[in-house]
Amino acid sequence: MRDIALVAFAQTDHRRSSDELSEVEMLMPVLHDVLAQTGLQTSDIGFTCSGSSDYLAGRAFSFTLALDGVGAWPPISESHVEMDGAWALYEAWTKLLTGEADTALVYAYGKSSPGSVRDVLTRQLDPYYVAPLWPDSVALAALQAQALIDAGDTDEPALASVAARSRAEATANSHAQLRGSVPHGDYLVRPLRTGDCPPIGDGAAAVILAAGERARELCARPAWIRGIDHRIEAHGLGVRDLTDSPSARLAAEKAGAFERPVDTAELHAPFSSQEVVLRKALRLGDDVRVNPSGGALAANPIMAAGLIRIGEAAAAVHRGESDRALAHATSGPCLQQNLVAVLEGDPL
Amino acid sequence: MSKEPVAVVGIGQTKHVAARRDVSIAGLVRDAARRALDDAELTWADIDAVVIGKAPDFFEGVMMPELYLADALGAVGKPMLRVHTAGSVGGSTALVAANLVAARVHSTVLTLAFEKQSESNAMWGLSLPIPFQQPLLAGAGGFFAPHVRAYMRRTGAPDTVGSLVAYKDRRNALKNPYAHLHEHDITLEKVQASPMLWDPIRYSETCPSSDGACAMVLTDRAGAARAPRPPAWMLGGAMRSEPTLFAGKDFVSPRAGKDCAADVYRQAGIADPRRDIDAVEMYVPFSWYEPMWLENLGFAEEGEGWKLTESGVTELDGDLPVNMSGGVLSANPIGASGMIRFAEAALQVRGQAGEHQVEGARRVLGHAYGGGSQFFSMWLVGSELPDS
Repeated sequence: MRDIALVAFAQTDHRRSSDELSEVEMLMPVLHDVLAQTGLQTSDIGFTCSGSSDYLAGRAFSFTLALDGVGAWPPISESHVEMDGAWALYEAWTKLLTGEADTALVYAYGKSSPGSVRDVLTRQLDPYYVAPLWPDSVALAALQAQALIDAGDTDEPALASVAARSRAEATANSHAQLRGSVPHGDYLVRPLRTGDCPPIGDGAAAVILAAGERARELCARPAWIRGIDHRIEAHGLGVRDLTDSPSARLAAEKAGAFERPVDTAELHAPFSSQEVVLRKALRLGDDVRVNPSGGALAANPIMAAGLIRIGEAAAAVHRGESDRALAHATSGPCLQQNLVAVLEGDPL
Repeated sequence: MSKEPVAVVGIGQTKHVAARRDVSIAGLVRDAARRALDDAELTWADIDAVVIGKAPDFFEGVMMPELYLADALGAVGKPMLRVHTAGSVGGSTALVAANLVAARVHSTVLTLAFEKQSESNAMWGLSLPIPFQQPLLAGAGGFFAPHVRAYMRRTGAPDTVGSLVAYKDRRNALKNPYAHLHEHDITLEKVQASPMLWDPIRYSETCPSSDGACAMVLTDRAGAARAPRPPAWMLGGAMRSEPTLFAGKDFVSPRAGKDCAADVYRQAGIADPRRDIDAVEMYVPFSWYEPMWLENLGFAEEGEGWKLTESGVTELDGDLPVNMSGGVLSANPIGASGMIRFAEAALQVRGQAGEHQVEGARRVLGHAYGGGSQFFSMWLVGSELPDS
């Protein structure tokens, strides 16, 4: 199998609101950033893939405008997933594996500020039996958190410490939205307090992938993708064990995450309770540094937050701070769908 | 670097209709998937991954419906990807699935595309106003009509050509049990007498709004060897995109379409598409797009596409049949329409197209486009395993 690596990563400063910017304007600096890091131009890129959601944008075919920002002229080989950008990266990875391209640009973006994202996400649910009841994303996460507490897997102080650690780590991340000491706050939906929940925000991210020697030319220490896999679970919460994540475990196994220990993990856990589930499913011990970026509790631009986890893990490898990192992305209610990538740097 | 050859071994469609009130969205997609599995004589357990596509989520009012559809498509415990590239999505979805096999990530992949337009209203789904941007002008017809007019002016095509395409495609649809429109009393005069909607596009020259799904089982060489019926082999496949609006854009014959076709022909070793390709399933939502795409895809010189149509070359018994199934003009479950083109191309080279089979079809092109004529996806399938 062909060696493929992340060679560049860029993200916006994630913010509660970006009224003055269109999605394209929000995305453009990030695209320029990754291209500048590698010295590549749009016309040098073999394949482009993006992730976004029409429902967040409030209009059909919203991604077509972002493509204008990429500068798709002369025409480019390009595709789009209506998913988090982590899955766009997966599609790009398979494209590079076929040998049809040597480099790929992957980007993702989402603005949650124009609407009520808790209401918007209810539209992901079974449209006949569940969505009409409008159970929002925080309420569903609270069900999961309560199940964990009932099972003895965690308690409220432990959840508070997850949130506090994440935001303390984020003080070193200038892109993060919530940093430093954040009050644990009042209950939003019991047992989750405001501090257990992610900030609502707007943001974008982009990465560049390259194969083999091309990766070494473009990056001093490429983050090699040793494995990447994703799995989905049943949609109905009633048929799932919310205290566990068999799909994350299976994806990790298929990505080779359990073959050797990792030193760093970037988990897409928008709620403090979800980190508890993922740590167990992914067998992360206390010696693994989890979410040194602050994770999704510090910045959760929907549709980009998963790609950012992979980008942050890769950046840690680029900087020599990690030799073997695990990156995770999720989609759907209560961690329904999970992607795991294992990234490694060459020996220093 | 060698790619795994990709074979189509199972195809399933629903009977496309205006409103499938008897099934949910999940029921609709499962119908098509079940038929594709039956065709391949496989079970859900044989599928390694699912790749699903559809046009905007606003068309049904369900955000990222693949989450809810995971159970219905037997995807639980498996990888599931959701593709969205506007109207070209059905084709793009098949190509993303094919890449999983070609890259040897998976052996057997179920790919499916659908639209259940009756759940919502596509006209309004495409007409959400947004400041400083050109709206699609009350649906797609308003956007495309000026480009048809530009084609007529540029080529001098007589204004009768569009109705010939519609008349042909609606007659072809009578031979396809899955087509939405079965107009048994269709005549050329009726097409020409139908109301003008977006000048020069008449009512009978437009696609219907359909509920429907299409599924395919794609597999590798080993999977094809076990298949009960002849496989269709992918000889080439490509996607190309260009910006929506810019000064240099040629809406009549976009460069992205030309580049996409050229890439497919290069992969498949096609020197002269008019000679080397036996039939085409082409994305023609408004009748005039047949002559336009004949030129864009290299089957006719610039300005000459309408002459092929007018001379009967694209009829079912012509020298280069186009839209043997009845095409998008006879069934348009939008998100599925591109995949139906790809699947119908595969049916032809497998010799499984029934009454609308083209005798001896060995190499057939499936074509899809979307957005403001800016997204293109195509594949060429053949009855023989490719050399490489």
